[in-house]
Amino acid sequence: MKAGFLPKLLIAPSALLVLVCVYGYIMFTIYLSFTASTLMPQYEWVGTANYVRLMGLENWSVALSNLWVFASLYIVIAMALGLTLAILIDQKVRAESGLRSVFLYPMALSFIVTGTAWKWLLDPGVGLEHTMQTLGWSNFTFGWIKDSDMAIYCVVIAAVWQTTGFVMAMFLAGLRGVDSEQINAARLDGAKSWQIYQRIIIPQLGPVFISAFVILAHMAIKSYDLVIALTNGGPGRSTWLPSVFMYQYTFTRNEMAVGAASSVLMLVAIGVVVLPYLYGEMRKVKNG
Amino acid sequence: MDKTLSRFLRIALYVILVGTALMFILPVYVMVVNSLKPLDEIRSGNLMSLPMEWTLAPWRSAWSTAQIGVQATGLKPYFVNSFLLVIPAVVLSTLIGALNGYILTQFKMRFAHALFAAMLFSVFIPFQIVLIPMAKTLGFLGLAGTVKGLIFVNVVYGIGFTTLFFRNYYAAFPTELIRSARMDGANFFGVLLRILLPNSAPIIVVTVIWQFTNIWNEFLFGASFSDYTSFPLTVALNNLVSSSTGVKEYNVHFAGAFIAAIPTLIVYLVSGKYFVRGLMAGSVKG
Repeated sequence: MKAGFLPKLLIAPSALLVLVCVYGYIMFTIYLSFTASTLMPQYEWVGTANYVRLMGLENWSVALSNLWVFASLYIVIAMALGLTLAILIDQKVRAESGLRSVFLYPMALSFIVTGTAWKWLLDPGVGLEHTMQTLGWSNFTFGWIKDSDMAIYCVVIAAVWQTTGFVMAMFLAGLRGVDSEQINAARLDGAKSWQIYQRIIIPQLGPVFISAFVILAHMAIKSYDLVIALTNGGPGRSTWLPSVFMYQYTFTRNEMAVGAASSVLMLVAIGVVVLPYLYGEMRKVKNG
Repeated sequence: MDKTLSRFLRIALYVILVGTALMFILPVYVMVVNSLKPLDEIRSGNLMSLPMEWTLAPWRSAWSTAQIGVQATGLKPYFVNSFLLVIPAVVLSTLIGALNGYILTQFKMRFAHALFAAMLFSVFIPFQIVLIPMAKTLGFLGLAGTVKGLIFVNVVYGIGFTTLFFRNYYAAFPTELIRSARMDGANFFGVLLRILLPNSAPIIVVTVIWQFTNIWNEFLFGASFSDYTSFPLTVALNNLVSSSTGVKEYNVHFAGAFIAAIPTLIVYLVSGKYFVRGLMAGSVKG
């Protein structure tokens, strides 16, 4: 049905809010990143100076290399674990729904709660290290969270714990959607279970791998709460990510233009990952 | 396959699955158990053991007396803030999503696809990119540092999700029903109120769960746009845990973290099936 006045009128506020508060604000932030803004927005154009300055800042390169370490490990481990759990749980096990619930519940928690819980678990003074020592392993040490070379791996651990169940659920849905005729045929030919997974099932999970990758990658780039609650960026700046950098420079160091530039680069990074994926999804929508 | 071998594999499977499940439960177990211990027992004992002396004092302290900002109010006022924020934000964003989904699927409009694509991408943007102009806008509207301001922000950035959910649901809705309602003279709102919404229970549940969890757990906007009177619970919890000077009251922190987790855990336990569906829907599996 062709839209008359009323439908257009009623969708207009949403359209306006999204256009202004998403795309208008993005343009505004991009504009700020080319100005001399410090504590407050200023509108004096300085060209690419902020980007040049950003690239030269050690804090930024540290944040980027942390993101690289965090994102690659987080994505690879969460996908590998999620797929493994999905395959294991797919073996007609008892209490499947109970196990699924246990693997998934961390997703219901806030990253602040997750960060708080893991902060104390990983703290050598009260956490796992202390516990193992009181249980008799007096040589047991696990002080990653206080060690600036290792702290980023603590962020990986907590993030993996939080999202693996979700990845598992995606893979499980994918596994259940695989064409069973091919599997039965292969089974009749005497193929072993692991061969069936390797040759028939996993290759068909391509779209799930892509969805999981896109979601995990964009979550990794956006990660902020977890780091704040778990390590607050420390020790030193060893767990700074671009999101932490942006907040620091914009709101506590009064370098708003540099902060804006850093958020523009975050958007670009997410765009590179998400846009091709959304383009594909939209084509599917259009083609019904 | 050899019978003993297959039995062995079966046992190994269960050992791995149950072992992993225990590791997934561990952090929340630790949170609860240690929230019920006196502080010196945490320091001298270990995190895994049950309390020797059970106490609710840490819970009382986290709830009503812990120092969070300037005042020792506990988490209570912030728990209330979170509800004052979440309920209107969820209701509004769900209604807007239903309306948008209806319009986008039932009416032919220029730019409808472009608009939907624009909303879809807004789901993925890093919110850092809108923080500065949104702070200015809230200041301009006089909503900075208020719960109302947070409602506005969460509704705006929830539109993408809720529209996506309802749009996909209504796209698969039987058109005959709508057509026959129109023949019977139902107007724009008639179709929405008498046909679509009464048949939308599953997607409404999914959307409400998704929005409730997201907004309850939200931190960045809360940290950026609220003040001592309007902190949501996540921000208050983070202040409680990170800013305390002197003796670290682990047991109070554990209790606080669990208090912050309770509402979404309840939602998860009560509606686990829908929760999963909500997560899947949120993953843009259209």
